[in-house]
Amino acid sequence: MTVTEIGSPRRRKEDQRLITGRTRYTDNIVLPGMLHLAMVRSPFAHATITAIDTHDATSSPGVVAVLTGRDVADEQGSLPCAWPITPDQKAPPHPAIAVDHVAFAGEVVACVIARSAAEARDAIELIDIDYDELPVVLDLEEALTDATLAHPDLGTNKSATWVFDSAEAGTGDDVAQVLAASELVLERTYLQQRLIPAFMEPRSTVVDPTGEQITMWSATQVPHLLRLMLALTLSIPEGKVRVVAPDVGGGFGGKLQVTPEEVITMLAARRTGKPCKYTETRSESLMAAHHGRGQVQRLKLGATREGIVTGLSVDLLADMGAYLGLVTPGVPILGAFMYNSIYKFAAYRFSCTNLFTNKAWTDAYRGAGRPEATFAIERLMDDLAHELDMDPVELRRKNWIKHEEFPFSTIACLEYDSGNYEAATDRALELFGYDDLCAERDRRRAAGDRVQLGIGVSTFTEMCGLAPSRVLGALSYAAGGWEHAQVRVLPTGAVEVVTGVSGHGQGHETAWSQIVADRLGVPFDSIEVLHGDTQTSQKGLDTYGSRSLVVGGMAVVAAADKVIEKARTVAAHLLEASTDDIEFAEGRFSVRGTDQGLALGEIAFATFSAHNLPDGFEPSLDSDATFDPENFSFPHGTHLAAMEVDTETGEVTLRKYVCVDDIGNVINPMIVDGQVHGGLVQGIAQALFEEAVHDESGTLVSGSFVDYLVPSAADLPSFTTDRTVTPSTTNALGVKGVGEAGTIASTPAIVNGVLDAIRHLGVQDIAMPCSPHRVWKALQDGASKGLGAEEPVPDRVAPEQDAGPMNSSGNLPTGDFQ
Amino acid sequence: MIPSAFDYHAPTSLDEALTLLAQGGDDAKILAGGQSLIPVMRLRLAGPELLIDLGRIDGLRGIEDDGDAVRIGAMTPHHDIASSALLGEHAALLCAAARTVADPQVRHRGTFGGALVHADPAGDMPAPALVLGAEFVIAGAGGIRTVSATDFFEGLFTTAVGEDEILTHVRIPKHTGWGARYEKFTRVAQQWSIVAVAATVRAEGSAIAEARVGLTNMGSVPIRAESVEAALAGCALEEAAIARACASAAEGTDPPTDTNGDADYRRHLATVLATRAVLSAAGG
Ligand SMILES: Cc1cc2nc3c(=O)[nH]c(=O)nc-3n(C[C@H](O)[C@H](O)[C@H](O)COP(=O)(O)OP(=O)(O)OC[C@H]3O[C@@H](n4cnc5c(N)ncnc54)[C@H](O)[C@@H]3O)c2cc1C
Repeated sequence: MTVTEIGSPRRRKEDQRLITGRTRYTDNIVLPGMLHLAMVRSPFAHATITAIDTHDATSSPGVVAVLTGRDVADEQGSLPCAWPITPDQKAPPHPAIAVDHVAFAGEVVACVIARSAAEARDAIELIDIDYDELPVVLDLEEALTDATLAHPDLGTNKSATWVFDSAEAGTGDDVAQVLAASELVLERTYLQQRLIPAFMEPRSTVVDPTGEQITMWSATQVPHLLRLMLALTLSIPEGKVRVVAPDVGGGFGGKLQVTPEEVITMLAARRTGKPCKYTETRSESLMAAHHGRGQVQRLKLGATREGIVTGLSVDLLADMGAYLGLVTPGVPILGAFMYNSIYKFAAYRFSCTNLFTNKAWTDAYRGAGRPEATFAIERLMDDLAHELDMDPVELRRKNWIKHEEFPFSTIACLEYDSGNYEAATDRALELFGYDDLCAERDRRRAAGDRVQLGIGVSTFTEMCGLAPSRVLGALSYAAGGWEHAQVRVLPTGAVEVVTGVSGHGQGHETAWSQIVADRLGVPFDSIEVLHGDTQTSQKGLDTYGSRSLVVGGMAVVAAADKVIEKARTVAAHLLEASTDDIEFAEGRFSVRGTDQGLALGEIAFATFSAHNLPDGFEPSLDSDATFDPENFSFPHGTHLAAMEVDTETGEVTLRKYVCVDDIGNVINPMIVDGQVHGGLVQGIAQALFEEAVHDESGTLVSGSFVDYLVPSAADLPSFTTDRTVTPSTTNALGVKGVGEAGTIASTPAIVNGVLDAIRHLGVQDIAMPCSPHRVWKALQDGASKGLGAEEPVPDRVAPEQDAGPMNSSGNLPTGDFQ
Repeated sequence: MIPSAFDYHAPTSLDEALTLLAQGGDDAKILAGGQSLIPVMRLRLAGPELLIDLGRIDGLRGIEDDGDAVRIGAMTPHHDIASSALLGEHAALLCAAARTVADPQVRHRGTFGGALVHADPAGDMPAPALVLGAEFVIAGAGGIRTVSATDFFEGLFTTAVGEDEILTHVRIPKHTGWGARYEKFTRVAQQWSIVAVAATVRAEGSAIAEARVGLTNMGSVPIRAESVEAALAGCALEEAAIARACASAAEGTDPPTDTNGDADYRRHLATVLATRAVLSAAGG
């Protein structure tokens, strides 16, 4: 193989169509006679439905039908959850249209089917619904008491409790004993606020019921899982359903779901016999597409006075929201393996209780479980460094796995194949100018400057490439973690690559073309990558968990290698040589030691015409491969943030951000940079900007982009990103995964930086997002305690949830428009 | 995000627009740049049956010298205000504030008149207009009337412009040579003011001769910080003195509480931002 494409910063071939929008996004699809759907959603977070009057809506112009939960109760089934984390996990039934009980504000209670989108929208105003409101449970600590139930029929808010204990697993000691014997124990409670994935393209679904197969186009990350789940949920033979994910505008885990809206559109199309479309509004997307994070993390970290960590105990409360989505219960569990991160502990215990609340259900969101774990351990490391008056980088150095110790079996039962934390950290410190910035911080601290400087440190590793199927099996996940690919050589020598992963902005078409171009020695531009249609890519497990390249890319490599072997047989036959004498390089098969040879394209044509093939040779070069990874891959990195805090206003400014990631070999550095930059912004947004805020009745207050603050390029500096390269040893490409890296490490780096700037002013913790208001309040509280006073750390800082009357400040005006 | 159905007219004269408005009654609404009205219609918080677009009426757009004042047509977009040399010379505060409104797209469509009539308490144009002593020219069935800045902003989203009236022009008395600063506090770049302070200052030597200070989003209407203005008259051009003069900036205000901060925080911000705005306006 000649490597010319791999490692080249090719511009993405898919970008022109994606960026201009001249492409098949689901909402661009228009079919003859297509009907349009609009949803009626519950305004209450918890209520019983006592009556629904659809009479006026049904007779409204253009309306074809109105569906209520009762109308479809027999056929809608219950939306699937593929990850029962314990055998006794509890879950309420999850109807696509609520029948008589709603458990969060935004739940669908009726659907109008009309000839135009406007008529459907008009008619939903005419549906009259009587509700009896029920008490709501919103807070996790409160949910744990079962005093108020999110689902009274369930009898409890507790879905399941999942435990990992190093003593039981035989990977380490008993954490209680170790903590009791430790010279120092830090006890902390950190909060992971709820986040909204806020992908750029709102969700949209079109279903065409005409023809032998029902076809669903959907803005989804998971067409294959969706097809399987639709078949299971609605009892449609799997072969009769085709799912297409056309171009999809982002997901971040938010489109790793089988949604009520998809099921409803399917039901509507089957009822009416006509193509149906549903496209959500941005408000609906923020309110009713699944949310992410939402955890209370109670932590105990033991250490020696020299700064050697002895053990960690993690006790989580995880917010499921009102229902269990496709992988909801497993999200916090994915974090269980990452709390030890890059460090060596003697003892570790993780326990997580999954709880129902009357809010939109949660599920995967970029990083899924791993950002939470990384946040906890990296905050703890900084708190410990402060406690011991030690440099935070030095403290980490003392505890991390040294590069010569790989492969390393962790206390959480994972086998880290490779890594070099020293190299990444040294490079990051150098690029950052760590010593100079620390000196500046100390100067400004001593001078009592109005704007203080803080240095935030975070390292991370994560488990990427979901996942070895047997591991998923051991975790009770319903499906495997393999991936499929097919490589086809057309008579012209052009190549089609079919992949089972389902890109939605990642640049797979470009990266896969680069891999195959090198592997087969064909030009980049003659490779076409096909994906996202269950009729074209018949097998696959789709895109999430930084798996596409590590698992799907490896399947592509394996399929390409099979093509080469088939072509070698044909070449040997045509060149009248033994296959052992045929060499393959740069797209040409040649007879060793001669100038005789044939290009792959020539062999492809010869195979197509099939006039002269070896006896018994099946006339096709096309090859399939299914790759099941043996292990995860473990990218890692060191991130540093210089944070400025205006002590008068509480305003926080990110001045400089440096990250050095190690993601193994790189296929396309430009795509990698894009993933890292975007990931950083999302992680920084959790630290500083984004929060799903509900009022005390459970209504989403941050229900538009006026209040749900997604930062833009104008809010952030240029990032300095660099890489060290320690190839993964668990796959032939030596790649790891990069889709989630930036999101995982940046959140703690930012918060650590904010705290470093103002810890000396008596601030011990600030709940995320660290808004100016919260920072200012923390400074006020710190000042009232006396500057720098060594106060005991508050057990928990509750997030502010001002539920005062919403006025115009940044909220949508209503006053003038009654 | 589909609004309910409405009729649309784009008259070419003010008289025609006023007639349509009178005929339409409660169900009619003026459409200027649509940057506030269209979003609330799409969210179905408003459902006018008739929109009367002022965009084709000559003479409602533009910035002109009018003797001791600058005359601004109601349909002048924010962008034109932000980049006007005439206003830069005589009412620099307006330019400074207009530059902080939203993003370039919104500034090219949203209008000065629309922003004033809309009277969002977090909107950035009302406080500068108030402190500069703007005069509002309003046309109605009964003819033209002029309303002073102190009488114009009546409450949350309500102004002196009646249901059947149209704001045609705003006269801004010249503040030639006055320094200006609009200090807007937000969490992300494209956001409405959490609090903002509009300050314009005439300095003489090393002291402030006169100052005008207005507050955005510290109550249901823009507020003029009169006690601060009084304390600033004759105040030395130096941070500590200015901060002392600005200490009363939040007195008598009634700021909101929301996800961006509570009322106490806003009061605190108002004093900090007032000091910064005045210092900067005075060239400090
Ligand atoms: C994304 C976004 C961000 C924004 N950010 C900001 C910001 O940071 N700061 C800020 O100040 N504003 C902001 N705005 C609002 C913007 O400034 C609007 O342009 C302005 O508030 C209204 O002006 P308009 O011309 O668009 O008015 P329209 O939306 O057309 O009208 C608003 C109201 O005023 C009435 N009206 C308009 N003109 C007249 C007139 N001449 N006579 C009588 N009645 C009239 C209309 O009937 C309507 O009730 C933002 C808007 C958007 C969409």
